[in-house]
Amino acid sequence: MVSQTFTVIHPQGFHVRPAKLFVEKANTFPCKVTLFKGEKKANGKSSLGLLTLGISRGDEIRLEADGDQEEQALHELGHMLTKIYEE
Amino acid sequence: MSHLLTGVPASPGIAIAKAYRLESEGSVPQRKAVDDIAAEKKRLKEAVEAAKADIDRIREETLERLGPPKAEIFEAHLFLLEDPDLIDAAMDQIESEGINAEYALHEVASGIMEALRSMDNEMLRERAADVKDITGRVITKLEGREHIALSELNSETILIAKDLTPSDTAQLNLEFVRGFVTEIGSRTSHSAIMARSLELAAVVGAGSDASGIRTGDMVILDATAGQVIVNPSDRQLEEYSVRKREYEEYQIRMRSYVERPSVTADGAQVELASNIGGIDDLEKVLANGADGIGLFRTEFLYMGRTTFPTEEEQYSVYKHVLEKMGGKRVVIRTLDIGGDKELSYLQLPKENNPFLGLRAIRLCLERKNLFRIQLRALLRASVHGKLAIMFPMIAVLSELQEAKRILAEERAKLEQEGIPVSHSLEVGIMIEIPAAALAADILAKEVDFFSIGTNDLIQYTMAADRMNESVSYLYQPHHPSILRLVQLVIQAANRNGKWAGMCGEMAGDSAAIPLLLGLGLHEFSMSASSVLPARELVSRLSKQEWSRLTEQALGMSSQQEVLDFVNQQLRSEA
Repeated sequence: MVSQTFTVIHPQGFHVRPAKLFVEKANTFPCKVTLFKGEKKANGKSSLGLLTLGISRGDEIRLEADGDQEEQALHELGHMLTKIYEE
Repeated sequence: MSHLLTGVPASPGIAIAKAYRLESEGSVPQRKAVDDIAAEKKRLKEAVEAAKADIDRIREETLERLGPPKAEIFEAHLFLLEDPDLIDAAMDQIESEGINAEYALHEVASGIMEALRSMDNEMLRERAADVKDITGRVITKLEGREHIALSELNSETILIAKDLTPSDTAQLNLEFVRGFVTEIGSRTSHSAIMARSLELAAVVGAGSDASGIRTGDMVILDATAGQVIVNPSDRQLEEYSVRKREYEEYQIRMRSYVERPSVTADGAQVELASNIGGIDDLEKVLANGADGIGLFRTEFLYMGRTTFPTEEEQYSVYKHVLEKMGGKRVVIRTLDIGGDKELSYLQLPKENNPFLGLRAIRLCLERKNLFRIQLRALLRASVHGKLAIMFPMIAVLSELQEAKRILAEERAKLEQEGIPVSHSLEVGIMIEIPAAALAADILAKEVDFFSIGTNDLIQYTMAADRMNESVSYLYQPHHPSILRLVQLVIQAANRNGKWAGMCGEMAGDSAAIPLLLGLGLHEFSMSASSVLPARELVSRLSKQEWSRLTEQALGMSSQQEVLDFVNQQLRSEA
């Protein structure tokens, strides 16, 4: 299991489109992907889960990957997380 | 048996069609215990697949009919139907609790919707409607019913719903939906605003009685009167078919006036302008072919917030309006606050007689900094169109002179900074205090125009609050004393080579327009929807004839006498 924390910089936060892109990417990895925001957590392969985290600008999000290809998942999804927020 | 419901007329029109009731969230599937868990999970899986096939078909149809942006919502729906937090979670519930698929899915979806609705972000809150849409679709499949989505309706329909969400209205198939009735809502609710922009007949807030309307019931929707007749008699159907046809003919006739000039039968040109409260109203103004904006109430820029709007903020709004109106004149009224309109962050002391107190121009001259910021924004915007600045509630000459002095100072400052200001900018005042009307000949020398604000002018002249039921009968726009004041103002403008307009409600009143025309009013400013009927009326009137008739009206003894006279004249002309 590996994890890392990212800070959201996109002014609009994590809405529908980025959530969909994120989930599609997460689905390419066999490992479990989980996002944590404070006390709340969500399945990284569920866009509804991601939406209900209500991520907005300035939030600290911990990304956790557990299972096969976890290192690669954390790297790519983490990169994508900040990438998406920069779009 | 037919029965009648009444509600709020949200968007005018008459429609006659079968009702379609949009399922409300309240319908909860029954919870049942199941023995064969595997079979129940298979049932859910099949229902999801069937729902997906439907959505995919609608997506393709929408893509073809309305293009990619409209089809996107269905792509999102397909994606959501694969979401593990929804379908997998429902599968888990079936297994762990041994319950039926309908109930399990409903439970899971409710949890998600609740979480989404609690979000701060409007965009995320609206996603609850999508979850409701897709789970509703799957549940109907499970229950073996046919799901008719709003986008799939294929015959003339009047929608009946508790309320319509943004996602509902986005999917309305305008080819078939003729109107809608909701149980809750007001003139300003989302669905009402939507209906007006789509020009769809709608009655909102019809109350719980509307919940009795079933899919397939015949419905007459008279949205102009705010009435809904359920299962009408043959006689009613006949009567309303005629009314509907007449209304449609009227609409077509009115539309033919969009690009026509505002000219009387004897060739006199007038200006039919529109009142606006913000940039959202612009579209309607343009669609109705108004000759300009006769009153832009800038209060909305200041209200519903906790701090003053900045110069930059104001500038961008004024610029936008001026640009949108092309070369047409835009009269922008400076801040008219105080009285019944409060601003919490202004922290004004309570007054015993707010209507006779520190309000409008009086307040601006007291809080000069506030005034200067607005004037600067207006002056900067003046180069983007044809701007006229109007000071509200001028009572005496010195107020006007003081306001003009401050305006000149701000202009000089801007010019020093090298910021361009228009030289054709007009400066005028609103006439809404009898003292100003009586001294119009003196004030006329200092302005480019007058605009008569009848709502307050009548209240101050009659010394009666029109919102006070006991004295509201004194609100008499057609009373000779009001007409005489209006005459004084117009004459003073004319003699000084200035123009006179009116931005109060009277300007759009069909029984007042002939008289105002007769008095020589140049500009009439009204709500956007009144412009075309006014233009049609003006085109039938002779200005010369009405100036003679109006002289007669000025000598009458009551409002009723004037009204009877005008109506009789209009009838004999028709």
